[in-house]
Amino acid sequence: MATVLDRRESVTPRRFKKVNLADQRPSFTVYGILIAFILGSAFPFYWSFLVASHDDAEFTATPSLLPGGRFFENASRVLDSIPFWKALGNSVLVSGTVTLSVVVLSTLAGFAFAKLRFKGRGPLMVFVVATLAVPTQLGIIPLYMAMAEFGWSGTLGAVIIPNLVTAFGVFWMRQYIADAVPDELIEAARVDGCSMIRIFWHVCLPAVRPAAAMLGVFTFMTSWNDFLWPLIVLNAENPTMQVALEKLQSGYYVDNSLVLAGTTMATVPILIVFLVLGRQIVAGIMQGAVKG
Amino acid sequence: MTTELTVTRGRGAEPRPPRRADNDDSTSGKLSLRHRLANLDVKVSPYIYIAPFFILFAVVGLFPLLYTAYVSLFDWELGADEQPFVGIENYTTLLADSQFWNAMVNTLSIFVMSSVPQLVIAVMLAVLLNTALRARTGWRMGVLLPYVASLVALTIIFGDLFGPQYGLINDGLELFGLDRIDWQSERWWSHAAIATMVNWRWTGYNALIVLAAMQAIPRDVYEAAWVDGASKVRQFFSITLPLLRPTLIFVVVTSTIGGLQIFTEPKLFAPAGSSNGGATNQYQTVVLYMYQSGFQSFDLGYASAMAWVLFVVIIAIAGINFLLTRRLASSGEA
Repeated sequence: MATVLDRRESVTPRRFKKVNLADQRPSFTVYGILIAFILGSAFPFYWSFLVASHDDAEFTATPSLLPGGRFFENASRVLDSIPFWKALGNSVLVSGTVTLSVVVLSTLAGFAFAKLRFKGRGPLMVFVVATLAVPTQLGIIPLYMAMAEFGWSGTLGAVIIPNLVTAFGVFWMRQYIADAVPDELIEAARVDGCSMIRIFWHVCLPAVRPAAAMLGVFTFMTSWNDFLWPLIVLNAENPTMQVALEKLQSGYYVDNSLVLAGTTMATVPILIVFLVLGRQIVAGIMQGAVKG
Repeated sequence: MTTELTVTRGRGAEPRPPRRADNDDSTSGKLSLRHRLANLDVKVSPYIYIAPFFILFAVVGLFPLLYTAYVSLFDWELGADEQPFVGIENYTTLLADSQFWNAMVNTLSIFVMSSVPQLVIAVMLAVLLNTALRARTGWRMGVLLPYVASLVALTIIFGDLFGPQYGLINDGLELFGLDRIDWQSERWWSHAAIATMVNWRWTGYNALIVLAAMQAIPRDVYEAAWVDGASKVRQFFSITLPLLRPTLIFVVVTSTIGGLQIFTEPKLFAPAGSSNGGATNQYQTVVLYMYQSGFQSFDLGYASAMAWVLFVVIIAIAGINFLLTRRLASSGEA
């Protein structure tokens, strides 16, 4: 069979292969445009480092496109101005907890929606998808009132709890589990007397690791970047990274070298994550698009 | 072990057509405790697994949203002893509030300046990425770079680039013999600057989504078109664009929901002093005004009314977008 197919392909006239743009080696123009685009994408990061590595007044007078030698000096001033390490630790703690919780709870719910039968499954799933379009951010006023009432404002719990599971996560895991976990396997486990939770743990979880990892990366980044709610509910003594950066910038005299040293320092960890996991992030976005 | 097997097999023979052995407790009276527990497990587990989402959504999503509507009917000041009921007064005040309309126009203006170019560039970028590039993943990661960086950090960086006196962008304009632009105090230029940040951040991300959809289009459709003598451009407008319709709708609707709630960029665009959208509110957005009313003036009732009006506007515009995108993207088929 395979040989027949192969033969047919080789018989196909050459010009057919040129039908689609996707079959052609792209021209230099294509590469040129893409390079320009990526340079444009990277430039603000470089600029941030440039400003951060010079003296503010000096750099303003004679800007240069080469890094200066004062980055560590500026960085240590950042450490004096804001509780940088505390903010970094808080951000890691908040994003880490949220990520773990979103992945576990979304996978559980996704497993139930994809593989278990229960009354109301269809309508409930439609409800989950519908909530994707609800701008829940607009409910922050009562949320703030509640946090103030319970005495939680200023604590990390206030930024963790509202984000413990997301509609997107449930939807994403449901889509993946529906294809990735064979019904027969679940059935066999059940026949063997496995409890539901053991089926989840031993059959479902191992099969969904790639999707769970992607969901984890996205959740982490979203949580890391969250700003409006932490700004409202946290204070300058116990901030996340984003809130601390805002405090750095909001003084009346703004020293650009100081502020951009802060942004550079806050950006480096996430850039490292990107370099390590970028391939998965790209794959995640593209898969999500096709399925969603 | 064997009994369990028989039980399961017996179920399979029942008239109900489930793909796997579903429990049915008509016989549970005869079953041992262990079986009854197992049946309970099968029945109850799904609800336990999905419960966290529904409980959390109810508590931190739905309830606050509805309670916002309730609060909006009161003169609700944070810390005040009593909150008098004022009916729709907050809404009538809001609709007559020129600062609110200013914020609404700013939000829509920034939204249009950011979403339209973003979508067009994303589609073009996707076309380029859909060629047989060497090191494909590298290019894809490259265009995604802006998406991963922290929004607060980037906004601060862009604020510096767009600085009116010493900003690099103005230096560049001058170099080309153009006039410097006051990116912060000129209303429309400030919108353009903020839209630039949004575009810069999201274009690559959307390009990847569009690219994924492009790759899902079957090859033979293009081959047939090519045989019929359709040009590349014609193929793009008659095949690619219509088939991208669901994806474009998805991108447009999600960018509407996000774009109309824009907050971080205008909040941090210029340092201090003018941090609520500029000295004359020239780039204050609705969420920023809401933040100012609620958490700086502590007028929670008024801020809640604003939240609800914005909620309705978002749903309405997302709906219009949905219909419009469907129409536009399908016009190629006609």
